[in-house]
Amino acid sequence: MSTAAMGKRSFGAVLWDYMTTVDHKKIAHLYLAGGGFFFILGGIEALIIRIQLIKPENDFISAGFYNEVITMHGTTMIFLAAMPMMIGLMNAAMPLQIGARDVAFPFVNALSFWLFFFGGILLNISFLTGGAPDAGWTSYASLAMQSPGHGVDYYVAGLQIAGAGTLMGGINFLATIVTMRAPGMTYMRMPLFSWATFVTSILILFAFPPLTINLFLLMFDRMFDTAFFNVALGGNTIIYQHLFWIFGHPEVYILILPFFGLFSDIFSTFSRKRLFGYTAMVFATMLIAFLGFMVWAHHMFTVGLGPVANSIFAVGTMAIAVPTGIKIFNWLLTMWGGQVTINSAMLWALGFIPSFTIGGVTGVMLGSAVADYQYHDTYFVIAHFHYVIVGGSVFGIFAGLHYWWPKMFGRVLNETLGKWTFWLFFIGFHLTFFIQHFLGLMGMPRRYWVFLHDQGLELGNLISSVGAFFMGVASIIFVYNIIYTAIKEEKAEADPWDGRTLEWTVSSPPPYYNFEQLPLVRGLDPLWIEKMEGDGTVPPGEPLDDVHMPNGSILPLLMGLGFFIAGFGFIYQDGQGSLWYLALYGGMAFAIGCMVVRSLKDDYGYYIPKEELQKALEGEAK
Amino acid sequence: MTNEVNTEQAELLRRKKSKDEMKKQLISFGMMIVFTLISFGLVAVGTIERMYILPILFVMAIVQAGFQFYYFMHLKDRDHEMPATFIYGGVWAGFLTLAGLMVISWW
Amino acid sequence: MSHDHSNLFPETLPAEPEKATLEGKNKFFGLWFFLGGETVLFASLFGTYLALKNSTAGGPASDELFGLGLVFLMTMLLLTSSLTSVYAMYHMRNGDFKKMYLWLAITGLLGIGFLACEIYEFAHYITDYGFTFRSSAFGSAFYALVGFHGGHVLFGICWLLSLLIRNAKRGLNLYNAPKFNTFSLYWHFIDVVWVFIFTVVYLMGKVG
Repeated sequence: MSTAAMGKRSFGAVLWDYMTTVDHKKIAHLYLAGGGFFFILGGIEALIIRIQLIKPENDFISAGFYNEVITMHGTTMIFLAAMPMMIGLMNAAMPLQIGARDVAFPFVNALSFWLFFFGGILLNISFLTGGAPDAGWTSYASLAMQSPGHGVDYYVAGLQIAGAGTLMGGINFLATIVTMRAPGMTYMRMPLFSWATFVTSILILFAFPPLTINLFLLMFDRMFDTAFFNVALGGNTIIYQHLFWIFGHPEVYILILPFFGLFSDIFSTFSRKRLFGYTAMVFATMLIAFLGFMVWAHHMFTVGLGPVANSIFAVGTMAIAVPTGIKIFNWLLTMWGGQVTINSAMLWALGFIPSFTIGGVTGVMLGSAVADYQYHDTYFVIAHFHYVIVGGSVFGIFAGLHYWWPKMFGRVLNETLGKWTFWLFFIGFHLTFFIQHFLGLMGMPRRYWVFLHDQGLELGNLISSVGAFFMGVASIIFVYNIIYTAIKEEKAEADPWDGRTLEWTVSSPPPYYNFEQLPLVRGLDPLWIEKMEGDGTVPPGEPLDDVHMPNGSILPLLMGLGFFIAGFGFIYQDGQGSLWYLALYGGMAFAIGCMVVRSLKDDYGYYIPKEELQKALEGEAK
Repeated sequence: MTNEVNTEQAELLRRKKSKDEMKKQLISFGMMIVFTLISFGLVAVGTIERMYILPILFVMAIVQAGFQFYYFMHLKDRDHEMPATFIYGGVWAGFLTLAGLMVISWW
Repeated sequence: MSHDHSNLFPETLPAEPEKATLEGKNKFFGLWFFLGGETVLFASLFGTYLALKNSTAGGPASDELFGLGLVFLMTMLLLTSSLTSVYAMYHMRNGDFKKMYLWLAITGLLGIGFLACEIYEFAHYITDYGFTFRSSAFGSAFYALVGFHGGHVLFGICWLLSLLIRNAKRGLNLYNAPKFNTFSLYWHFIDVVWVFIFTVVYLMGKVG
């Protein structure tokens, strides 16, 4: 039972452990590994795009394949790389930050991961079976309905499965934060990252259902000949655009808000100061989420919704700059007068501020409906959203990995290699995307396979491609850093950063039950309070007692597998042969069968006896 | 001894409260049936003009949904602030979706 | 070492057995949050339906198609099933397993009745009017919206059946009380959605 007794275990045992785990910390590892894998895939796709555009009229890849690569780059990076890594960080840190032993539904947490994993694999298998989706990451119905082959069907099936997992994850985090905060951990004492997790989960909860419906509509139209988007039978493709962006715009806030929270924690930790304007930060987060739901049509200015609608959405869009500005100033003021330590995590946070601000400024430019007619579908848009998503989310992921690596894996990432990663990536990022603003203003359209000679676009594209390789090298160094750290670096202590929040009160990595006794929280930054006013340890908030734990299970993986098989059945059911129907019904039956097993078999969990916890406590005291 | 009596009394009190609650729920069920009858009746008779009947039908539906949520699902009770917040959040997001699809999807 | 989980099976149940444990509380909140998401899900379907309801492509329109009688019957079935599940929860809080079981069984039967009516209705449209989910955008949107609701009813019935079969001989305890309660909340929500379907789709469709 106890972690100390386990020692070295065989590879098979570790693998089985991860396949059946319901522990939020191990699920975090799985999410990070899965997201990291897809991040590499998406990165390779990005490099292919940049090689194709390195010179005019290049024919490195064919036009059709180029369409597949840009579609898969966008889809992979957003749904399969950025979001899973973000959810991985939430899983790793949020329960510890609020002083909980796990999430509210550990079993569902595992199911969320396996659904994401199998959905992502399903989507990427399309490359091997005769063509990936090629209608852009938005997959507008007007284009997607015309796409030959099964590429778009893979898009629909893969995202449906992965999206269901994300929705469950959102509900899980919400329930966790509502019911499982430690004694004394009021809402207004939660670290900003936990707050951001809460607000992001609300966005997931309300934004993913429209995507679900949209994917269903597209699926019915493509696979079962319904008429939602068939104009000849009265269908309307604008519905697809609306539903997509009603999901899609909150989605970009889903991608950025958690990192706003994370950067807030990093800034206050490494400035050794309480976060400036905590309350304002919390309400700015909520305000961004609230406004984020009301601005989706700014992606559709050129559809022709009319001047009234366009004006309303333009004003709403610009309003979001206000709470975002509040946040930027609060971060700057947190550092002002603090004892600032600059290490890798802090570098990413510092690099984030100017990069994201540039993305925010171009966002306001794009939000002006009149000017948008000029920018729409040009590289200006590409530059804008890479500045917010890379400059915000990817910088945030790197910052979070450096910050919590000791907590997650028990070792501090190598600083020298970390700084190399940052500087190469930072320089490469600006080389790649800054110039794209100007390429866009010069009229270079997005999603085009080639650009022509003598239009003044050569130098800009060359610089952009060179920058992409910088980012590629930086990512390789980061991977090397992971391996190097695992082999060479020392074991980390519980609190390597002189931290402020509860995750730094437990050992690195934490025991599987997180806390022997749930901590008693006396205010914001509970550990810091005890360091300043107490003996540096957070007092227990409950008497020592048996701890209830959930049992592991292989069922989540099997459910994911069932839907994965059923996905193939759906994709190919219109072809000949009953074998695919077997996959469709067989896969569904298998997945539902697993659910029935789960409902009918009682699972009370188990208890860790008091004595074992007592022993662990005494061990710590020594 | 006194303790036992107290818990017994508390149990009786709870049951009485629960019974009162049940009575309220029965009343709301009756109201819902009445509202449904009115809605169907208005449409079946078909004498009221379209622009009046649509808002009436809609308000009837809202009231019925309110009974379901607040009485049948106990949204009015203590400890239901969070659920209520999320249902209203969903209603708001749903309202925006409906508005988008009804008002600015020209055809 | 082993703990016998006796805390889940007390002799007398507390006043709110569905929320007496942390797991129960989690289920309660989790389901409510899920219903918040379901609200947006159905709003998306309603929006699609309202945007496409006049796109009949020469086929039958809503006011020719719908009859009020059957819809009224379906409404009554589902509304009554909502009340019966309220009764079931009332008896659950009084710790009366047998009565709860009976009322839940009635709820399930009413749900099956509703579903049978719906299947009959769809079959009627297809055979007598040739109105399918392929015939026009209106047809697609109608079957998507009403069918999604029907799918939710079917799922609810399966859920209820598995609960009833599994717990037939075990009585009420703190492990299964939250499960009955979450089912009942879900079932009420399905009813709320139906209220809007009969209003927006059938009654407003009849008015034109």
